[in-house]
Amino acid sequence: MDVAATQEAQSTAAPIDFRTDPSRYKHWRLSFEGPVATLTMDVAEEGGIRPGYKLKLNSYDLGVDIELHDALQRIRFEHPEIRSVVFASAKNRIFCSGANIYMLGLSSHAWKVNFCKFTNETRNGIEDASAHSGLKFLAALNGTTAGGGYELALACDEIILIDDRSSAVSLPELPLLGVLPGTGGLTRVTDKRKVRRDHADIFCTNPDGVRGQRAKDWRLVDEIVKPQQFAEHIKQRARQFAEQSDRPTDAKGVTLTPLERTADESGIHYKFVDVQYNREARTATITVRAPEAVTDNTLEKVLAAGANWWPLQMARELDDAILTLRTSELDLGLWIFKTTGNRDAVIAIDDFLLAHEDNWFVREVLGMLRRTFARIDVTSRSLFAIIEPNSCFAGSLLELALAADRVYMRDAQEGEPATVALSKINFGALPMTNHLSRLEARFYQSVDRINSLRQQIGKQLSAKEALDAGLVTSAPDDLDWEDELRQAIESRAAQSPDALTGLEANLRFGGTETMETRVFGRLSAWQNWIFIRPNAVGPNGALKVYGTGAPVKFNWERV
Amino acid sequence: MIDYTEKIPNNVDLGRDRVLQRALEHWQPAYLSWWYDMGPNESHNFEVYLRTATSVEPDGWAQFDYVRMPEYRWGIFLQPRDEKRQVNFGMHKGQPAWQDVPGEYRSILRRIVVTQGDTEPASVEQQKMLGLSCPSLYDLRNIFQVNVEEGRHLWAMVYLLHRYFGRDGREEAESLLARRSGDTDNPRILGAFNEPTPDWLAFYMFTFFTDRDGKFQLCALAESGFDPLARTCRFMLTEEAHHMFVGESGVSRIIQRTCEVMKQNKVDAPSDVRSLGVIDLQTIQRYLNFHYSVTLDLYGSDVSSNAANYYTSGLKGRFRETKLEDDHTLQEAVYPVSEVVGNKINTKQVSALTALNERLRDDYIEEIQAGVNRWQRVIDEAGIPFRLTLPHKGFHREIGNFTGHFISPDGQILTEEQWKAHEFEWLPSPKDYAYVQSLMSGRVAELGKFANWIAPPVKGINGKPLDFQYVRFN
Repeated sequence: MDVAATQEAQSTAAPIDFRTDPSRYKHWRLSFEGPVATLTMDVAEEGGIRPGYKLKLNSYDLGVDIELHDALQRIRFEHPEIRSVVFASAKNRIFCSGANIYMLGLSSHAWKVNFCKFTNETRNGIEDASAHSGLKFLAALNGTTAGGGYELALACDEIILIDDRSSAVSLPELPLLGVLPGTGGLTRVTDKRKVRRDHADIFCTNPDGVRGQRAKDWRLVDEIVKPQQFAEHIKQRARQFAEQSDRPTDAKGVTLTPLERTADESGIHYKFVDVQYNREARTATITVRAPEAVTDNTLEKVLAAGANWWPLQMARELDDAILTLRTSELDLGLWIFKTTGNRDAVIAIDDFLLAHEDNWFVREVLGMLRRTFARIDVTSRSLFAIIEPNSCFAGSLLELALAADRVYMRDAQEGEPATVALSKINFGALPMTNHLSRLEARFYQSVDRINSLRQQIGKQLSAKEALDAGLVTSAPDDLDWEDELRQAIESRAAQSPDALTGLEANLRFGGTETMETRVFGRLSAWQNWIFIRPNAVGPNGALKVYGTGAPVKFNWERV
Repeated sequence: MIDYTEKIPNNVDLGRDRVLQRALEHWQPAYLSWWYDMGPNESHNFEVYLRTATSVEPDGWAQFDYVRMPEYRWGIFLQPRDEKRQVNFGMHKGQPAWQDVPGEYRSILRRIVVTQGDTEPASVEQQKMLGLSCPSLYDLRNIFQVNVEEGRHLWAMVYLLHRYFGRDGREEAESLLARRSGDTDNPRILGAFNEPTPDWLAFYMFTFFTDRDGKFQLCALAESGFDPLARTCRFMLTEEAHHMFVGESGVSRIIQRTCEVMKQNKVDAPSDVRSLGVIDLQTIQRYLNFHYSVTLDLYGSDVSSNAANYYTSGLKGRFRETKLEDDHTLQEAVYPVSEVVGNKINTKQVSALTALNERLRDDYIEEIQAGVNRWQRVIDEAGIPFRLTLPHKGFHREIGNFTGHFISPDGQILTEEQWKAHEFEWLPSPKDYAYVQSLMSGRVAELGKFANWIAPPVKGINGKPLDFQYVRFN
């Protein structure tokens, strides 16, 4: 199937829904035993999210990963008693064989890239939970662990490989398919596992991978265990990890009630988030609404509110909107963030979040905000924020503006002025994937700038003040506002979408690199290039002919 | 606070346009200060018999009266809007003409408007000193008319910047007043507008040759899909015609006077002609060569991707675009351009889209040739065997395919040494300039009097006699 036909098929297929719950899982089983949760991968061959391929050998597609993402959320919020998580497989002698190759062969480039982005975010989320949520993850590799399967293991805190003289871990993407691992495999092999580069070179070019003692010697796995002891060993390690956790033993979970939304021609509508499409202008306006007042002002009330507590519900809605727009609305190349509501309420909620950070639920809500905003940073859409007199760019919602490529603030001369306000939460509680706050990233970690901004916490800053403080890009007055904005939007929407994606990714992540930024930046840039080259997807490209028996023909020219 | 409707005649509803008012509140005083500084020297108290446009109606665009130039009512006029007008060429052909700047073309349009706008104050600066050496009150009044209208053309471009380009536009409008013709550190944008206009022959040549480039640029912009630009340029063209009349008739009167003196005194040799206090035809030819070649450069590179983009985007058309009969997209069309290969000048076909500068230049040359033919008739009627000729397109060029080549006026490719050996046969020498300036050492200010080196015109301004008091010095 050619790319155009694939895209056609994808655009006419049912829209992807990221909402699910354990009762609807096709591919995973989530079980609990004391403080240990086990996520058992048991992919249904016929359960692909799109037609045309079978998910054999525990290979996965977007649908499998949507369930994984949901399961992690359930463990975080609904099961505060869980302290360690085991990734296991229900298939005999196969842990996971990675992303489904036939699915990739059928997919448009945009689909592949978006799929990889989501799976990367989910794996980053595993590490995020390990770092912040008191959850430790164990990969119990009961058999073949290839490609994306090994990348899932790499995201865990400990990798235990069955030592049965045949099961191996591998990254066969290069030798088999002529592409690179797309979910952080190379970066984690070096940065996280610290596999020596020549060993990594052999590992990544050998389709059979590495097993047994050598896998351990080369640091590809943490432990190898004989089949007889395997189950018991996993159980023990999971218990040991659980003992180190600071999660509560007696807390009651918060149910993630189904997210309510209506989707129609005009957009997607949630309680606190509203998405309006403008198809002609190729923009989506995302308006986030703050509460009018703060009523949930004690831990008891907040826990009782649960999934309806504003920061959690808003973040879940925003998260769903981001994922849906990314997957289903490829042509809406410019997202325009707007906000409404009570600025003081947002700052009060921010202060509450920081004051009660040691409560497991508050900590999870903060984590949800952090991960949701971090999704925005790595979204391949142009981002503008528009600040008007009725806007609510305060505290955590100011992060939407700080995440944007440009911020336009109306310097209103008459009536209520537009203002923005910083809260403590802007100074480190919601870092980007480079581990910097958006303010630190914006000002290249200038201590002076950050300190002087700290003096402004809680103050309503006018357009002029915000401009002087470097928080906004441009502050046109009433007379210029409409035309200036229209032209900025039109000119943005007219530029090459590919070049803009590259430009934005470059400029959003200046300076400091982390493993996560390297996964998104370095790897995905190369991966994108390789994925569209004829050596991968041309008629005789490796990815194209995989499984057909036809010979691969490379163009040998090095570029 | 400005009383807008009284002080600034306009048909853009200035009285109710807050965006424009706000911008002009800053810019108008800055403009006046520029005029006092860089406008015609020592002229601010003169009362000049000027034409002022007070509306776009047939009876409104030419109101004559005495005006002190700083009090001239520079107005803002656009040709009335045609509701049905479309984009007439390029990829947007057939869409309704744009009433607002399309965001994607904002920078290009701004550059076009700024480049055009920059030439207007530049020529005022170039001509600043000429009032001190005018050959008559009639000519003095004409140069002032040209100057105030260049000022109005600046207003026209500034109107577009103020109205449609927001803060950037206001900043660019300020910069138009800040650059100075010939200033090494802060020059005007285009080369020809940094050349001095040292004498009246140069002034007439400039208004004939270089203002006509202005006309062709305005004609191309008058086709623009951005309707306010098109309408602005259309109205400017009515005024540009007068500038070219001043230039063509000025040179023609100088030729006429020279021929009269040559005939009366039966002299032929340039030195003899000069001894009689008029400008020899050879010097006029050299001035022509200079102004023509410098102006040809203003059209830009023979092959230009910018020109192609402007056209395809619907921003700048061809001369008389809507009168031309073709597909108005030029996807397949080709156009000949010249290039120097070895020691030959070849013609090659290139995509017509990329050759649009060359095409506009060729349209211009055709019109220039007709004007030169009219001058020739003056010489012929005097029975003097001298031919005024346009030099070869490649002569003395610094932009385009002829850059770096040494081409003689008759199209021979020479070495640098050969060319230099003849330079002052072809271009005005310092001695030529010194001679011409020696004729213009003071102002001729008596009613009805004309300097010896120029013939009187056929008729006066607005039906007034030649001995009318066109300028009151006070």
